[in-house]
Amino acid sequence: MIVNFTTGLVHAGSNRLLTHHTPSLFCFAVFEEGDNFFRDEVIDVKTNIRVNSTTHELSLDSRLTLLDALRDVLGLTGTKKGCDQGACGACTVIIEGQRVLSCLTLAAACEGQHVVTIEGLAKGEELHPMQAAFLQCDGFQCGYCTPGQILSAVCAVQEVHAGVPSHVTRDVRQTVNSATLTDEEIRERMSGNLCRCAAYPNIVAAVRQVLANELRS
Amino acid sequence: MKAFTFERLARATDAANAAARPGAMFLAGGTTLVDLMKIDVLTPDKVVDVRPLGLSSIDVSDDAIAVGAAVTNSQLAWHPVVRDRFPVLSEAILSGATTQIRNMATVAGNILQRTRCPYFRDVHASCNRRQPGTGCDALDGFNRGHAVLGVSEHCIATHPSDMCVALAVLDAFVHTVRADGTTRSIPFGEFHRTPGDTPHIEVALEYGELITHIVISNLPAARRSHYLKVRDRASYEFSLASAAVVLDLDGHTIRSARLGLGGIATKPWRATDAERSLTGRRANDDTFRDAAEIALAGAVAREHNHFKIELAKRAIVHAFVTASEAKV
Repeated sequence: MIVNFTTGLVHAGSNRLLTHHTPSLFCFAVFEEGDNFFRDEVIDVKTNIRVNSTTHELSLDSRLTLLDALRDVLGLTGTKKGCDQGACGACTVIIEGQRVLSCLTLAAACEGQHVVTIEGLAKGEELHPMQAAFLQCDGFQCGYCTPGQILSAVCAVQEVHAGVPSHVTRDVRQTVNSATLTDEEIRERMSGNLCRCAAYPNIVAAVRQVLANELRS
Repeated sequence: MKAFTFERLARATDAANAAARPGAMFLAGGTTLVDLMKIDVLTPDKVVDVRPLGLSSIDVSDDAIAVGAAVTNSQLAWHPVVRDRFPVLSEAILSGATTQIRNMATVAGNILQRTRCPYFRDVHASCNRRQPGTGCDALDGFNRGHAVLGVSEHCIATHPSDMCVALAVLDAFVHTVRADGTTRSIPFGEFHRTPGDTPHIEVALEYGELITHIVISNLPAARRSHYLKVRDRASYEFSLASAAVVLDLDGHTIRSARLGLGGIATKPWRATDAERSLTGRRANDDTFRDAAEIALAGAVAREHNHFKIELAKRAIVHAFVTASEAKV
């Protein structure tokens, strides 16, 4: 049994005795799936979300984040919960082509939108070029931040191809060029994804490899 | 997190009506609201999603650009006309947060973002801004990140936005619609308030009043503009001191200048006295240092943020020198 401590929602698992602490007493209560740990009112919102090209018609607690909906409701646990407060980037997903943080996105606010998670990146057994590059360049150690890193890197490469500037671009009027992109540019563009194993040099190498391969082909 | 109803509406006046009472809040990108709801600093019982309202276009004319409230920070910073006409705005936005957050955060949300003061964000601390009349733990607490301009004995919280500092030196107007359908245009400089003895009143909006778009009038001098941000790490960090500058030069002589300050003030700060002192003078380090002294003359520091006064002065000089040397 899992309790989501943002919403108090009790998720799948066998019925179990849980301790429920209130300011005045320490009591025991039996919870079942769908109960609310905080004994709070639950307000459901009907939400249609397309995830990795599959449409889901859901009725979700209004407080549920997209991150929790993906992991706890849809079982897509590739998206990781790191800080759960918008600081680490582990929960990065792609919505309507843009990389965003699923931990600060309410699931109910994704009505009618298309979400791509790490599970939706490969084509069958064929890895996405960025996934392959992370493997070849050893762009991870523990791997916890990796799904977010890869989705973020996929979008970073698209942004470079679109020619848009970053904070370290010397002149924002210029169109950036993938052939002359510095490591400083890649690092700035990937600064929203923390890696506590500090695999950063290899992550930069993976992004650079994808940019180089695309130039060749 | 407290339970709340969630509403999606199609018309701006309907959204304004739905939110025209305490306890109701607008949701745009969520980077402030969802964050603060998770830590119980904001506890709305009704959330009105403004993104279905379609306020998401950037309309360019010769005189101005009109930017929809729900345009994302990325869209605005990356727009070719913004980069060309108002580089200070593009630079300011790109210096804030990360691409993921800028892809979510909206223009109206950025204007309305709340302070990062740790005592505001801690419901167990005293904070006049969060809970009027309870005191301010920042005054004698760890106030290294706090403001030195526009402060009061009730609040010294820093306004965290970079984008707003750039808007402060442009001719920007915030357009709104109220629940009764009436609209108004608020000059950007009159939108935010210094805390005074009512720090909980942060902006000029009424309950339910919805920002629909902002208009930025064309300003030819802004082609020579720059945003310099100083912070504790190279990326993904709030400002310790920042300067937004616009410089109109006639050879080496300053025709006019504009100066905005961030990271050191309780609202997006415009240093008009310092600007006036620059008119007619030669563009060099000494001139800019004189202006910086005027800009910080009214600064009031607390125990841990004295360093910001000198840091801001040097940021001002550096930003003006960079702008004066830019090829436009």
